[in-house]
Amino acid sequence: MLHHRLVIIGGGPAGLAAAHGAYEEGERDILILEREEHLGGILNQCIHNGFGLHTFKEELTGPEYASRFIDLVKKDNIPYKLNTTVIDVNKDKIITAVNQEDGLLLIKADAIILACGCRERPRGAINIAGARCAGIYSAGTAQKLVNIDGLKVGKEVVILGSGDIGLIMARRMTFEGAKVKAVCELMPYSSGLNRNIVQCLNDFDIPLYFSHTVIKINGKDRVESVVVAKVDEKLNPILDTAFEIKCDTLLLSVGLLPENELARTCGVELSRVTNGAIVDESMMTSMDGIFECGNVLHVHDLVDYVSEESTNAGKSAVRYLNKSISSRDQVLEVKTSNGVRYSVPQLIKKDTDYTPIQFKMRVSNVFKNVEVALFVDGEKVAKKIKQIVTPGEMETLLVKEDIVKKIKSGQNVELTLVKRG
Amino acid sequence: MRELICICCPLGCHITVDDSDLNNLKVTGNSCLRGDKYAREEVTCPKRTVTSICKVAGGEIPVVPCKTKDTVEKGLIFDVLKEISKVTLKAPVHIGDVVIKNVLNTGVDVVATKNIDIKR
Amino acid sequence: MHKDIIIIGAGVVGCSIARELSRYNTSILVLEKENDVSVGTSKANSGIAHAGFDAKEGSLKAKFNVEGNKMMKKLSEELDFPFKQNGAMVLGFEDDSIDKIEELYHRGIANGVEQLRIIRHDEILKLEPEINDQVQVALLAPTSGIVSPYEMTIAYAENAASNGVTFVFGAEVNKIDRKGHTFVITTIDNQTYECETLINCAGVYADKIYELAANKEAPFQIVPRKGEYCLLDKTYGYLTSHTLFQTPTKMGKGVLVTPTTHDNIIVGPNAHDEESKDDVDTSIEGLNEVWNKALLTMPHLPKRGIITQFAGLRAHAKNYDDFIVGYDNDVINLYNVAAIESPGLTSAPAIAVHVAKEVAEKMKLSENNAFNPIRKGIPHFAYLSNEEREALIKENPLYGHIICRCEVVSEGEIVEAIRRVPGAKDLDGVKRRTRAGMGRCQMGFCTPKVMEIIARELHEDITSVTKKGHESFMVDKR
Repeated sequence: MLHHRLVIIGGGPAGLAAAHGAYEEGERDILILEREEHLGGILNQCIHNGFGLHTFKEELTGPEYASRFIDLVKKDNIPYKLNTTVIDVNKDKIITAVNQEDGLLLIKADAIILACGCRERPRGAINIAGARCAGIYSAGTAQKLVNIDGLKVGKEVVILGSGDIGLIMARRMTFEGAKVKAVCELMPYSSGLNRNIVQCLNDFDIPLYFSHTVIKINGKDRVESVVVAKVDEKLNPILDTAFEIKCDTLLLSVGLLPENELARTCGVELSRVTNGAIVDESMMTSMDGIFECGNVLHVHDLVDYVSEESTNAGKSAVRYLNKSISSRDQVLEVKTSNGVRYSVPQLIKKDTDYTPIQFKMRVSNVFKNVEVALFVDGEKVAKKIKQIVTPGEMETLLVKEDIVKKIKSGQNVELTLVKRG
Repeated sequence: MRELICICCPLGCHITVDDSDLNNLKVTGNSCLRGDKYAREEVTCPKRTVTSICKVAGGEIPVVPCKTKDTVEKGLIFDVLKEISKVTLKAPVHIGDVVIKNVLNTGVDVVATKNIDIKR
Repeated sequence: MHKDIIIIGAGVVGCSIARELSRYNTSILVLEKENDVSVGTSKANSGIAHAGFDAKEGSLKAKFNVEGNKMMKKLSEELDFPFKQNGAMVLGFEDDSIDKIEELYHRGIANGVEQLRIIRHDEILKLEPEINDQVQVALLAPTSGIVSPYEMTIAYAENAASNGVTFVFGAEVNKIDRKGHTFVITTIDNQTYECETLINCAGVYADKIYELAANKEAPFQIVPRKGEYCLLDKTYGYLTSHTLFQTPTKMGKGVLVTPTTHDNIIVGPNAHDEESKDDVDTSIEGLNEVWNKALLTMPHLPKRGIITQFAGLRAHAKNYDDFIVGYDNDVINLYNVAAIESPGLTSAPAIAVHVAKEVAEKMKLSENNAFNPIRKGIPHFAYLSNEEREALIKENPLYGHIICRCEVVSEGEIVEAIRRVPGAKDLDGVKRRTRAGMGRCQMGFCTPKVMEIIARELHEDITSVTKKGHESFMVDKR
């Protein structure tokens, strides 16, 4: 059996940043396991620009952003194995992985960072009735076929879901010569970034139907049309509003789900809200020495935040290995209320480490003119004023040492929205 | 008055441009200088960065992603795409390699945004 | 092409008959209009090896069901397909349910079903704690089992092929003539095939094939009876280990909740007679109907656990409640195996033995001493021990390259699925043989990779790859 102090599962943006963070913290025995042929993860197919303004203060495309971190990891000489799929992680932190060269690999790790990303919600999960023919793709699958394999996915396209991948693919398909006939969004608002509605839909006069969904797919061999209907407040389709759109392709961009199969097999406690692990401020899960970061922990909309969070996870894992962080004896639960759906981290350790904490959260609806506020025992200790918050955009709240100290000496910690004016 | 959503970064600031005097535009709501520049351009001559793919011969994958190194006039997007579609690069390709120099005389280069190795 | 016997239809009935007939010295051809075996009724059903208490005493359904059920275990070992004797319960929720349960119990005894027992509330919940607490009584049938219906059909087909049976796909029959006693069959692509004995296993199209062969209206009409299903993620496999039926009431037959042989949970089917013989679309109403009925069995069924839905058509005979199995009275040497609706899957092995025996007798066929009853399935990496995995990768490194992450399917398995005879030619064919794409992401990640492997193995351009044959191209031509 092989042994490594730190094994990072996933060589996408989260895994790469975690590896580099761990290296910076002084760790030299790191191994990255990546199931695909290349490092960089999903960024390799996100050829549009808009990445890296936070991290590198310039606007990069996905592959360029990935290459910055790949270069760092290569410069650090951190070993990695490609085409290597982890099939099991157990409670003793023994990893079972497989590839063509090594065959079956058993690796004992002292610490593990799960950075396996997320997957797209499939058609079945949203109950669209109708035919099961060719031409129905999740948006990310289509993105891979177009941007990496150089294939043409379809000529007349309807997109369900206005998440960022859906919006980006609307433009991408348009660039590839397809006609995007409609983007339908179940909710009365988009879960994608506003900038993408402007530059991916409005620029090309692609209609966006809010509060509409696809209720049926028609076609024998290939999609021939879809039936779209308006939905009521409870999101149920109103059947007499249904209309048919002729198309040969339906792209689904209906949400991302953290890919937590490995976390589940080794007993990591998961959140029903984020579908990721429940972590403390060091990004450690309920399993001692197992950390999570990036989209496997909770779905991000900005890769810059993934990098930041993962760097933290990498550094924390090293501090754990060096026994310089406390174990999770006593914790405070970060409660969320009044429109805040969740917080990451969910738990704060009651120790004397007062390193600043970046809270990340999502809201449950669109709210205007609000404060994102943190209360400790009823006292507002931190806030951020926002003109608008939407479920599509992750909110953050950075709290400094003195506030962390207050939190850690408090009893009741709550993240909430406060209406202004 | 024009209401815009800034596309410079994912923040998507809601910007207002007072365009009653085209020689003296007033921009509010932006949170950085890039937003100011975007708003002024969007009212006078909207521009976009174009990202697409370009064929590669002999590479490990058949296409390489590319982008215009700076923004080009919005109206030229499809012409730029057409130019890109005429090119076939030869592997290996490196990030920053020029795909098209000074595309359509815009003064802007189209460059590769990914490293593509030679097919094994 | 001339063969002694031609079988039309490569569903479980056609394939099992082909295999049983390959025990004899004869030449056999199977014609299938689709791109693969098991793409009609045989792929979209509940996958139950019924115990046999449901069919009317003395019927062919009852006879073949009970016989088939008893054959299933040995057959699954010979042909290496997933089968598990998980037991079934028929649940009664009403005061008068006991009457119906007792009726089923007595019918089961009459049909020769073993180990049947009537059990009450506490024992039911002890066996399956997730069942609706309102349950009063149940019929427990320990001999009931679950099979993977398409894997069973594929196994039959592969074994038949290795024993000399020929399969032709994309062969939709549109004309059947007679030249003396010889049948001359023409397909839509203008190929002709000749045979002495014609076995009609065309499922929902059996009446159409009859009409072509007999040149007159069929004595039986096949009504496609649609059943819709929802499939749940493996995470919810703990919900039940037994197959759970509902007691038929005035309100209808109810739906079942059952584990599959791969630990998913399947819910369904409803039953609606259709006009079209190839419409397997699901409908919002139908899926809601299935789901709401299933809630009676299990009120906490998690809707968010659904990963896919599908529909299948049962070949139901109009105004006739039994299988149709036998030589035709009017058309000489035409053998009909029609109206094989539920419990058709369970019955298929017994029907096949029966048909093969009758045909062999009539044609005076001698036994084929070279017949090999054993078929080894494709190794499923996910289900192997680490030692077996290691050995497999050493032998063929492609087994070390995981393509479908959800179901842990390797490139080695996919390549093997394509190279088998009859092999997979499209994405759905690979999926049924290897489970690549059957998991929770439903082909999100592995679609491009599987397309690439199919194109490479079949020496075709990737733009020719289809989902399920015909015009179901995945991407546009360049």
